[in-house]
Amino acid sequence: MVELALPKNSRVRRGREWPMPKGAENPRKFRIYRWNPDDGNNPQVDTYHIDMKKCGPMVLDALIKIKNEIDPTLTFRRSCREGICGSCAMNIDGINTLACIHGLDEIRGDVKIYPLPHMPVVKDLIPDLTHFYAQHASIMPWLETKTNEPAKEWRQSIEDRSKLDGLYECVMCASCSTSCPSYWWNGDKYLGPAALLHAYRWIIDSRDEATGERLDDLEDPFKLYRCHTIMNCTKTCPKGLNPAKAIAEIKKMMLERVV
Amino acid sequence: MRYLTDRKRASGMGSGRSGVHHFWAMKVQAVALAILVPLFVFCFGCVLGKSHAEVVEFYSRPFPAIVAALTIIVGFRHFSDGCQVLVEDYVHGTAQKLLIMLVICLSYGAMATGLFAIARIAL
Repeated sequence: MVELALPKNSRVRRGREWPMPKGAENPRKFRIYRWNPDDGNNPQVDTYHIDMKKCGPMVLDALIKIKNEIDPTLTFRRSCREGICGSCAMNIDGINTLACIHGLDEIRGDVKIYPLPHMPVVKDLIPDLTHFYAQHASIMPWLETKTNEPAKEWRQSIEDRSKLDGLYECVMCASCSTSCPSYWWNGDKYLGPAALLHAYRWIIDSRDEATGERLDDLEDPFKLYRCHTIMNCTKTCPKGLNPAKAIAEIKKMMLERVV
Repeated sequence: MRYLTDRKRASGMGSGRSGVHHFWAMKVQAVALAILVPLFVFCFGCVLGKSHAEVVEFYSRPFPAIVAALTIIVGFRHFSDGCQVLVEDYVHGTAQKLLIMLVICLSYGAMATGLFAIARIAL
């Protein structure tokens, strides 16, 4: 049964308020979710103050500044700092997005930062994405062929290649899947928008010869049909992709096989 | 605690090889109801405020009786399929199976009751 309240040991309490930096010209308040698996305490929201005069423009800049100058125990993933690696996905101001490409000027008032929703937390802002990655692997995200390997390469027309635009750009940040209520309630069986977008990317690849098998594997009340076109995935995607449309296209292809 | 690999957890028991017919049926029912419900409301509105004898006489005509019967059949099928999705979304385990059975039984029960009433009036 769906749980509408957090378990007792997950309820978030007020945390520590760090002091305002001395002589700050343009201070801003950051409320950040903290949880340490080693101390046995409930999660808490710590408050930090940053002088925006001495901080970069993105949320990730502020997080790095906090880690470097205020609290070195603050834990989060980051790598490329330009929206390519998908590491720094988190819930910022109520929206799942990438901290490195989300500007602080887009946020009104205090900056509230939480880990991606409805995922087990490893520590602070780091969610456990093990199951998410395993679901991605289960859709066989690679070219499947039966014909003998050509001497040079698998050829593809410009038109067929263009069908992959809007799909191949996905960086697997998990923002979409963790914004989907269907994935919250049935994430163990429902593949979620990210895995389904990748599945569609291989289904419509003109070089792939396993289209039927791929559709067979997806035809399931839970793996595919838990999508109720809520569209949170499309609304939140930090790369501007449209997973809901990809899922709708898969459903259309399913129908074409039987009707 | 079970020592399953991540991939085994994600794959589960594989695909159920079903869902597309349920999905298609819901779409067809929705289109049918978009036509039937306005007709049903229009027919029902025609006899609002009339006497019992006039209502019985109106529903013994073929068109209102058939529209009402079709609305009941398609409406409760749609209700049953929709509730099944709802239960699958929010309830898990044995309770899920029991609730789905209950919803289907209730839907068919309500459908049969409605059809019996219309048949009694119309025939």
